[in-house]
Amino acid sequence: MSSEIVQAASRRAAAIALIIGFTASVAVRVHLDREVKRQTTPVMYVTSGETLRRLSFGYQGLLADLYWTRAVQYFGRQKLSGTGDFGELGQLLRITTELDPHLLIAYRFGAIFLAEKPPAGAGSPDEALALIRRGIAANPSYWRLWQDLGFIYYWDLKDYAQAARAFETGSRQPGADLWMKTLAASVAAEGGEFETSRLLWSEVYSQAANESIRRSAEEHLAAIKAAEDIEQLNRLLAEFAQREKRPAVSMEDLVRAGVLSGQPVDPSGVRYQVGPDGQAVLGPRSRIDLRLAH
Amino acid sequence: MPAVEISELTKDYRLGFWSKRRKPALDHLSLTVESGEVFGLLGPNGAGKTTLLKLLLRLIFPTAGSASILGRPVTDARAHARIGYLPENPYFYDHLSATEFLNYAGWLCGLNAAARRRRAGDLLERVGLAESAGVPLRRFSKGMVQRVGIAQALMNDPDVIFLDEPMSGLDPLGRRQVRDLILDLRLQGKTVFFSTHILPDAETLCDRVAILNRGRLQGLGSLQELLGASVESIELVLDDPSPHALEPLKSFATASVRTGNQVRLELAASNDVDAVLATALSAGARIVSLNPVKVSLEDYFLAHVQDPAGNESPRPGRK
Amino acid sequence: MSRIAAIAVHTFKESVREKVLYNLVVFAFLMIGAGLILGTVSVGINEIAFVNLGLSAISVFGLLIAVFIGISLVWKEMERRTLYNVLSKPVARAEFIIGKFFGLVLTLAVNTAIMTAGFYLVLWYEKGRLAAPDLAPLEAIYFILLQLTLVVGVALLFSTTSSPALSAVFTLSLYVIGNLLDDLRVLGEQAGSGGLRGLLRLLSVVLPDFGAFSDIAPAAHGELVPGGRIFTHSLYAVLYATVLVSATILIFERKDLR
Repeated sequence: MSSEIVQAASRRAAAIALIIGFTASVAVRVHLDREVKRQTTPVMYVTSGETLRRLSFGYQGLLADLYWTRAVQYFGRQKLSGTGDFGELGQLLRITTELDPHLLIAYRFGAIFLAEKPPAGAGSPDEALALIRRGIAANPSYWRLWQDLGFIYYWDLKDYAQAARAFETGSRQPGADLWMKTLAASVAAEGGEFETSRLLWSEVYSQAANESIRRSAEEHLAAIKAAEDIEQLNRLLAEFAQREKRPAVSMEDLVRAGVLSGQPVDPSGVRYQVGPDGQAVLGPRSRIDLRLAH
Repeated sequence: MPAVEISELTKDYRLGFWSKRRKPALDHLSLTVESGEVFGLLGPNGAGKTTLLKLLLRLIFPTAGSASILGRPVTDARAHARIGYLPENPYFYDHLSATEFLNYAGWLCGLNAAARRRRAGDLLERVGLAESAGVPLRRFSKGMVQRVGIAQALMNDPDVIFLDEPMSGLDPLGRRQVRDLILDLRLQGKTVFFSTHILPDAETLCDRVAILNRGRLQGLGSLQELLGASVESIELVLDDPSPHALEPLKSFATASVRTGNQVRLELAASNDVDAVLATALSAGARIVSLNPVKVSLEDYFLAHVQDPAGNESPRPGRK
Repeated sequence: MSRIAAIAVHTFKESVREKVLYNLVVFAFLMIGAGLILGTVSVGINEIAFVNLGLSAISVFGLLIAVFIGISLVWKEMERRTLYNVLSKPVARAEFIIGKFFGLVLTLAVNTAIMTAGFYLVLWYEKGRLAAPDLAPLEAIYFILLQLTLVVGVALLFSTTSSPALSAVFTLSLYVIGNLLDDLRVLGEQAGSGGLRGLLRLLSVVLPDFGAFSDIAPAAHGELVPGGRIFTHSLYAVLYATVLVSATILIFERKDLR
């Protein structure tokens, strides 16, 4: 029995060392984490994808994937932080696509991240355009990049002529969906119309491979719907004021007058209201961000 | 204080990683080795000899039971300050010379540098390797490795020495050297505990033996106790006897064998030796030798180490 | 203490007599030398490229050496049963593991010192003189050594339970994961479900943080590490090495050597 005791003593010493060491190391580790966060460590030292590619000894594909992951994480982290600072996003995306010029997802979603207005994105459509153009240069027959190019022109730069041209060029690439032609025509004819915008975002929504992009498209579509609603309600309010010789003070007036069959609600389920200037507005608790409609 | 005390020692090996079934390698073994004894552990391959030695050296741990060496439990590293061990088929570091290896062994035993140097030199001399002291161990023959292994086991001048199959794989000369070494150690009053399946070695060396089979103790005691002192038969060898000289002796003999010019007669022990001799001489036979025959360890072994499953023993199948 | 020293010195001696080690060190020198060539063909990044490549060589070959000796030396003692001799002496199993660990760390330290000397020799040849900012690589090398200490601890832990090939795979995998803990943490913060988030957070704190010791790039830019970080990182390395060694001892204490 005493043999057991001798061995148990050495095992106990090792177990105690293990527990104390472990606890203390976790404490130091957590401390290090905080230090790292406080310093907002730079994400990159090597700023050229080309250099990295040379140094990657044939593993540039893997490296590109890693950089793409870092770009996505950087984007997510900065978006969460709410500072609207996406300073290194463009460079991360550039390195990613320089490492692997055929990593199409990096162009497509990267451009969306870059182009979106702050705080949802970096708000730099020029960088997004440059990224997409590089993508097109490396993958000339991939029509989706033309779609993305047109999208940025349309949505972020409001340059409908350029947008229509991009959609049109894309529609001539092999395998392009037929609606690219429709889109080109509709953008050329009625740029800035809600119908065209809805078409664009519906397409983004249906293709979204990633939850955050799908949610973003959803928000845009809801905002477009609300903006349309408000436009229509304003028309009805104007008609009411003309007919009744007094401005409506609430949506209730329109319902009582038989103009509306019920209280109108926005896509987030909150009732529209009549503002002090007699115009239709979103309810105070509405989750719609009308800025996304334009 | 007994040198080694083993009580109800049991070791099971699991048959496979996932298997719940267990194979007992050692089954409730109890025995005591007194100080100053040369104790032999006998048994066929797979009997559990190496398992027992490894348990005593805490290389493996028992499933049940306990053992102590010189009064200390075997799991206590301090118990090892006074023991030496030679593993079966030893292998030592390729990259060291014999001197460096003994130096390391001595260091582990807590000897200071001067003592290590002195002791290593003495021991290499004693095992006949003084001239190969600087040669890397990878260039050693099997016999040399065995001898350097014995030297390292003796670095701390131990009181109890464990040797696992010390004679296996050695040529006759090497075996003779090891035998002399063991006898030498006994003269110094050391306890030697060694395992072997070579029975003549045990017969010449051991004060007491334990016979193991399938993990169980089959016999324990001095050779005399085990085999008995009694003479079993008498062997009479004659040189080229004429048929008429043999005739009167036939009545005594239980068997007769002719080899070349010699005839060997086996006589029952109950015979009157004087009468037999007188008869032989009067018939004109030339007597070469007359020997009493005792039971050999080998006979005992064959009689006791029967495999219950009916397999022939010794069995192969050791790792 | 004397027994631990004996095992450590013996381990060092054994590893120093491994030929593989020399090959690795020679390759490291070749890569450090290649840094010179890279410096001459590239523009504007002369010294940066040289420091980057030189330190990376020290780190990569240090890693290979650490994994190789960490895995093979203990396993070999078990496989060839030389361990029987060691444990037949009055040596506790814990002493064997601790001695092995220090022997391995000693080997790494000497190897790293040799490569560092080579590195500074070439740097001095390249620049004609050495100044204070040239100390920055020394800090990076110290961090590399801390990292290698943990690598060897991990290798030791695995080698007492698995075959060398498996141990190598486990050790290198843990090395890669341990370099991505920051990403794991960020991933955890963004993960949807609470369970996954907790798990990722736990892993990012519990696994050895090899990434914390990557300091090559800043060193190439001549940036010195704040003194406080040298202390916290050293502390972390010592604590985590204690964890690895005591875990190894716990496993090894009960192990049947067959």
